Amino acid sequence: MKEILKNLNKAFENKIRLGIMSALVVNEYLDFNSLKELLDVTDGNLASHLKSLESKNYITFRKEFLNRKSHTKYFASAEGKLAFAKHIKAIEQLLK
Amino acid sequence: MDKQNYLEDLKDIKEMMNRSSRFISLSGLSGVSAGIFALLGAYAAYEIVYSNQNYLNYRSAYLSTESILNLFLVAAATLLGALSTGIYFTTRQSKKLKQKIWDLQTKRLLINLAIPLVTGGVLSLLLLKEGYIGLVAPLTLIFYGLALVNASKYTLGELRSLGILEITLGLIGVYFIGYGLIIWALGFGLLHIVYGLMMHFKYQQP
Repeated sequence: MKEILKNLNKAFENKIRLGIMSALVVNEYLDFNSLKELLDVTDGNLASHLKSLESKNYITFRKEFLNRKSHTKYFASAEGKLAFAKHIKAIEQLLK
Repeated sequence: MDKQNYLEDLKDIKEMMNRSSRFISLSGLSGVSAGIFALLGAYAAYEIVYSNQNYLNYRSAYLSTESILNLFLVAAATLLGALSTGIYFTTRQSKKLKQKIWDLQTKRLLINLAIPLVTGGVLSLLLLKEGYIGLVAPLTLIFYGLALVNASKYTLGELRSLGILEITLGLIGVYFIGYGLIIWALGFGLLHIVYGLMMHFKYQQP
């Protein structure tokens, strides 16, 4: 039991961060606006959750310029994918 | 957090994975309407090809320039009918699901659908130009099936098995080339209606 709880990740206990990771692991990348629409959150709210995932190295981003407008693409990092898979597995075991 | 919360988390994860990577607004009814237009189109084509034929030569078709032109018109009308009703039902469904009709998922679906479809369409036109009329009906089935298999990753998973059935019918159609039009009607008409109804009752129920 202790082992399982250790694999539960605090970073994913927030609905929005959970949503961000779920979307990013099944897509090559998503831009800021797609994420915003998917999660139905405000710019500031999304930005702060992205920052927190970024600080844990779970996601990376790349800034590009499209028609002079900056356009940020977000990716799930290898580390993030691994942590997320562990988290899901821990939940599944907990529910068994 | 208790178990209920985690159970909800798992549901959210699954839902978000689907919604972010697949176009889920595809309407079953658009399959049904495409199927009906295909059957009408096939009937009209049958009338054009097999009327005024010499029935001693069973199932061999000779086409005049005029009937080829008529066939093109029938094909265009069928495509237009199927596409416009398909777009109508799918837009309606996306409104119901509160999804945007034109987003990343839609674009990805259409591009992956288009690559095999356009290839098959161009190839069919090239073969038609060389006079291989009989091959066109089964080839459109084969390439349409390949397009569905390719696109199924980006929308409702049922399209994959529908695609495999279309490919199989297409190959059968190449073997029994005289029955091309009938097999085409089975593939584009009947299969669409059956799959459309199946998906309608699976996904549309409130």
